[in-house]
Amino acid sequence: MKELLKKLVLCYGPAGNEEVIRDCIKEEIKDYVDEVKVDVLGNLIAVKRGGGKKVMLAAHMDQIGFMVTYIDEKGFIRFSRVGGIFVQNSINSKVVFKDGLVGVVSYESEIEDIKDVKLDKMYIDIGTKSREETEKLVKIGDVAVYANGFAESNGRYISQAMDDRAGCVLLIETAKRLKSSPHEVYFVFTVQEELGVRGAKTSAYALDPHVGIAVDVTLTGDTPKSKPMAVKMGEGPAIKVKDVLIMAHPKVKELMITRAREAGVPYQMEILEAGGTDAGAIHLTRKGIPSGVLSIPTRYVHSDCEMVDASDMENGVKLLLKILEEEIEF
Amino acid sequence: MDELLKRLTEAHGVSGDEGEIREILKSEAANLADEVSIDRMGNLVAFKKGTKSGKKIMLCAHMDEVGLIIHNIADNGILKFSTVGSIDPRVLISKKVRIGKKKQYGILGLKAIHLQEPDERKTVVKTKQLYIDIGAKSKDEALKLVNLGDYAAFDTEYLPFGQGRIKGKALDDRLGCSVLLNALKCRYPFDLYACFTTQEEVGIRGAGVAAFNIKPSMALIVEGTTCSDVPGVDEHMRSTRLGKGPAITVMDATSYSNKDMVNKIIETAIKENIPYQMKQSAAGGNDAGAIHISGEGIKTAVVSVPCRYIHSPNSVADMNDYYSTSRLVEAFLKGCE
Repeated sequence: MKELLKKLVLCYGPAGNEEVIRDCIKEEIKDYVDEVKVDVLGNLIAVKRGGGKKVMLAAHMDQIGFMVTYIDEKGFIRFSRVGGIFVQNSINSKVVFKDGLVGVVSYESEIEDIKDVKLDKMYIDIGTKSREETEKLVKIGDVAVYANGFAESNGRYISQAMDDRAGCVLLIETAKRLKSSPHEVYFVFTVQEELGVRGAKTSAYALDPHVGIAVDVTLTGDTPKSKPMAVKMGEGPAIKVKDVLIMAHPKVKELMITRAREAGVPYQMEILEAGGTDAGAIHLTRKGIPSGVLSIPTRYVHSDCEMVDASDMENGVKLLLKILEEEIEF
Repeated sequence: MDELLKRLTEAHGVSGDEGEIREILKSEAANLADEVSIDRMGNLVAFKKGTKSGKKIMLCAHMDEVGLIIHNIADNGILKFSTVGSIDPRVLISKKVRIGKKKQYGILGLKAIHLQEPDERKTVVKTKQLYIDIGAKSKDEALKLVNLGDYAAFDTEYLPFGQGRIKGKALDDRLGCSVLLNALKCRYPFDLYACFTTQEEVGIRGAGVAAFNIKPSMALIVEGTTCSDVPGVDEHMRSTRLGKGPAITVMDATSYSNKDMVNKIIETAIKENIPYQMKQSAAGGNDAGAIHISGEGIKTAVVSVPCRYIHSPNSVADMNDYYSTSRLVEAFLKGCE
């Protein structure tokens, strides 16, 4: 799983620009499913056929990024954020464009108090000396992503885009290991989650599943003087109770708890006070779709060094497999 | 002077009260389209049958505008109001409005400078401090002229001025509506649905319903958008620039344009020698936000006529931008199979 994770987090795919990561995931999953298709907005839908209930697993393949809006006479690039880019996580960060062009994000240095730095006071420096030079390399609308690389430390993985390539890895790994299921399983790799759970909305509408489970990262409360939150890294995948966009359906939540116990998989309950996932869109689709979320506890979310725990990912796969292998009694 | 633009921009059509502007658009569209209908959200849909395929393409411009709604009539005959759509209270002070079906005249009053405390002069007035004076001396008198719930639209004359510039209210998005009427003059290989949508300004409400009904394979949204090429704004903060042609959106707060469509629009502009600019701001939203996530998803893109002082009683646009937008939309459609 580590090599696959490394491959996916190094793959380019900011929201609205998911072509590269989509092709990469398609290659990884196609041999383990019956059909792979791409819909109008660009969601990748991998289907494992079966006669039973339609189960939709959703992990978003997009990542946050920096969209070029203006190039100044010295060649510096101004940008808008694509998704939840934060000032404090971006100062002097390395970023990369689709073609591999590298830049550094920094800010107007006449600003003395760091609190006064806003994204519109920041810029990307790609090392050029003039507008003309920069315009040869990038154009308005191009998007850069964090480029911190991949690292492992004491059983933890560190990189940009764990949100939500870690979830994508769980889906691919589940598809690989799933021998048989009484259900028709849709592994959906969604687009534009970071811009407002958009891909999940249209794919859920098209698939009209019986149950939806989003697989995404969540925050933790286990670092020095962190905001209180009862999720710790390394203590198992988290089963969502609620976040900003959803109250997990009680039956889906109970199903996840029951299957975790049956499989002997450690788990923890999650209440997230900021943010939401694809399940927020899925559960309100059509006549309503019972939905829940399996979360991977992650530190430093929306930075270029998001940290996840290897055992949480492994246990996440085991839980998904158990859910898919057994009947769903609702 | 463009008499149609004058009629379109001077007509009332505050979000939720689009009757007057819809009637004008309906009679104009009826002369150009094969069929004109109104859906449950009040969207006006002009259909023009294609010559070849049964493919559906949607054009979209919202016909509603920002304005005011009367929510209280005080004993002294003064009207209190809420804004409909986002309006900076600073642009409301001392402006003229027309209220309700009878277009009752009203003035947005503010305490004279002599009577203000020094601190009052330094702070921005809030909408709730403002009121409309309709010349009534009592609540009973006022009730003879207006009703609670009446809408008020800016009382603004459309006027060409300077070098090819125009000023008026509701350029966002009556310029787009006019571009749609121009596009309806041609017949295309595919079925064209020109939609004049309702309630964009209060949360892009009409467009999603229209798109769900039509289920087009793609939608092109024609907007009036922010323009900030004015003193005091850093170059990189200028959303669009007047006179530089239609603005093409890569991304805004509500949608990420389909890249194939954006590329094709740019190619069309280059081929037809039509000036264009890329919108520099990712702020704001429009009907594309509701359309692209309708049903199983719809490809969308947005082209806009830059408008200075948008959402105020007097916006300013460049006629060449408007003409170029019309040309670009028509050329783009002609290039679609």
